[in-house]
Amino acid sequence: MLYREAGDFKTSYVKDSQTFPIKADRMAYFALLAVAFGVVPFFINDYWANAVFVPFLIYAIAAIGLNILTGYCGQVSLGTGGFMAVGAYACYKLMTGFPDLPMLLNVLLAGGITAGVGVLFGLPSLRIKGFYLAVATLAAQFFLVWLFNKVPWFYNYSASGQITAPERTMFGIAVTGANTPAWAKYLFCLVILVALAWLARNLTRGMVGRKWMAIRDMDIAAEIIGVNPLTTKLSAFAISSFFIGVSGALFFSVYLGAAEVGEAFGIQKSFLILFMIIIGGLGSMFGSFAGAAFLVLLPVFLKNVLVGGLGWPTDLAAHIELMIVGGLIITFLILEPHGLAQLWRVAKEKLRLWPFPH
Amino acid sequence: MSTEGYTTADGRKIGGVLMEMKNITLRFGGVKAITDISFDIREGEIRAIIGPNGAGKSSMLNVISGFYVPQEGEVWFRGQKRAPMRPYEVARQGIARTFQNIALFEGMTVLDNIMTGRLTLMETGLAAQSLWWGKAQREEVAHREKVEKIIDFLEIQPIRKTPVGRLPYGLKKRVELARALAAEPKLLLLDEPMAGMNVEEKEDMCRFILDVNDEFGTTIALIEHDMGVVMDLSDRVVVMDYGKKIGDGTPDEVRSNPDVIRAYLGVEHA
Ligand SMILES: Nc1ncnc2c1ncn2[C@@H]1O[C@H](COP(=O)(O)OP(=O)(O)O)[C@@H](O)[C@H]1O
Ligand SMILES: [Mg+2]
Repeated sequence: MLYREAGDFKTSYVKDSQTFPIKADRMAYFALLAVAFGVVPFFINDYWANAVFVPFLIYAIAAIGLNILTGYCGQVSLGTGGFMAVGAYACYKLMTGFPDLPMLLNVLLAGGITAGVGVLFGLPSLRIKGFYLAVATLAAQFFLVWLFNKVPWFYNYSASGQITAPERTMFGIAVTGANTPAWAKYLFCLVILVALAWLARNLTRGMVGRKWMAIRDMDIAAEIIGVNPLTTKLSAFAISSFFIGVSGALFFSVYLGAAEVGEAFGIQKSFLILFMIIIGGLGSMFGSFAGAAFLVLLPVFLKNVLVGGLGWPTDLAAHIELMIVGGLIITFLILEPHGLAQLWRVAKEKLRLWPFPH
Repeated sequence: MSTEGYTTADGRKIGGVLMEMKNITLRFGGVKAITDISFDIREGEIRAIIGPNGAGKSSMLNVISGFYVPQEGEVWFRGQKRAPMRPYEVARQGIARTFQNIALFEGMTVLDNIMTGRLTLMETGLAAQSLWWGKAQREEVAHREKVEKIIDFLEIQPIRKTPVGRLPYGLKKRVELARALAAEPKLLLLDEPMAGMNVEEKEDMCRFILDVNDEFGTTIALIEHDMGVVMDLSDRVVVMDYGKKIGDGTPDEVRSNPDVIRAYLGVEHA
């Protein structure tokens, strides 16, 4: 079947604003969902879950969160690692303080708490922009890591200073702790990602998203059409932080199992998520997924090919990874600020008209 | 001129006072951009503000739309004195505008830009919208229908889905007008809507402005340089020079005002 939109006429405005206006895209999307829910859980093992699937799902949530703030609302943030830490530590305190709460609720509450903290650190955005805001969020990053290191209450006075996730279940099946089956980790994260991605998509295609983009594109003009800059920026901070908090909670409890704040949620994490949305595409839901997938898969790929296949030393492969990522960041920032998502769009545009170039 | 309104030369009925500026003075440090200016805008009329560059015309619109707070004077809107307010609050009162140097959202499509214009008319909250269910979707569709009417009206159907950043200047001006119209404003402020346009584009824009006023009964205050255009379009004209008001009346009255002639012939500031 050819990839076409012809014959696929929109007969209503509802259809015109749907997520995948082209039928082939819609089919691909449902097929992907079917495989993700119906096939992968039966074949997944610990290696694939820990190396690829679970980190991808969790980073995708963080990338959507940061993309809402930076890509849609135009507020640069280098505090992602710190906000993930807030989610992680909130989740840890909830898990240990209220052992009977269902795990899903822990994760969502952790997101809610992070949203509150995000709003607090978002307040400076009302006065400062761009570079200066980036520096302010960087300060938040260092402050939060320092705080979780410094105040023993946050890690329940454990001797190591680490936080360790106890076993918690959903429907009687462990989703955190050492006994968690790979498929349970995967499904738990998948369900949360799919639900949150759907919410994010709804927000960005409607008036809330337009307000964010208006602030991003020209804040003066946004104000003149009735956008309240205060509530709009803070709503972006809140929702973005919610996503990032959820991702931090999952990263700690489901993926790592035990974490030390500086190591798990340091400034590198802020940059990693930022690189994901730059490479994937700023202001694009698809880009959030593409960027997360790319940066999760790249090291796995290089390790398997260079170290496993060609027998190169591990540290050389790691350096090559850094060089590739650095090069790509520069390339995308200069040549294609809309990232992989734009390349994908252009490719589809070409395909739609193929074989006639014009 | 009576408070009851008047009838224009072409027979349109103009109503009472919609907006009144009373003794407005605006300073930037030592520079006086506006000095003690008073004038009113009546319901249903097309009111022009003219004057040489730097006369303070844009500053006057910025006072109306809340960007600048005058040091002295009062702004009255619909019979009430207005406390100093932020631009977004002014927008919610039903005042929309365009800018001298286009202020569109370049990264968004034409359709999304115009949809933002309806912001003040939409009610769905964050939670409802995140679910895209029932009311949220119905509201989106209802407003989309209104926006499509404006798109038809301004004849920009083919560029609906084009990102604004890719449009030529003349079309951008038209999209900006569409966004302002989408708000269904009671008062529409246009800052040099025809600046930089070619003759044909100017004629189109003139037609649109007249149609807006005629079909929707929208009150319009516009700044324009082209004297011919002003005389054709407007019911009454305020003339500014060096921050002062030097004339106010129908195009014919203003044209024969000696102060205005002097300012325009450049006798004083050659
Ligand atoms: N934000 C501002 N800061 C300082 N001076 C300003 C500002 N805005 C306008 N002015 C000054 O006010 C005067 C009137 O400007 P403006 O209202 O833009 O004139 P016009 O629109 O009639 O050409 C000019 O001298 C201009 O330099
Ligand atoms: Mg001006």
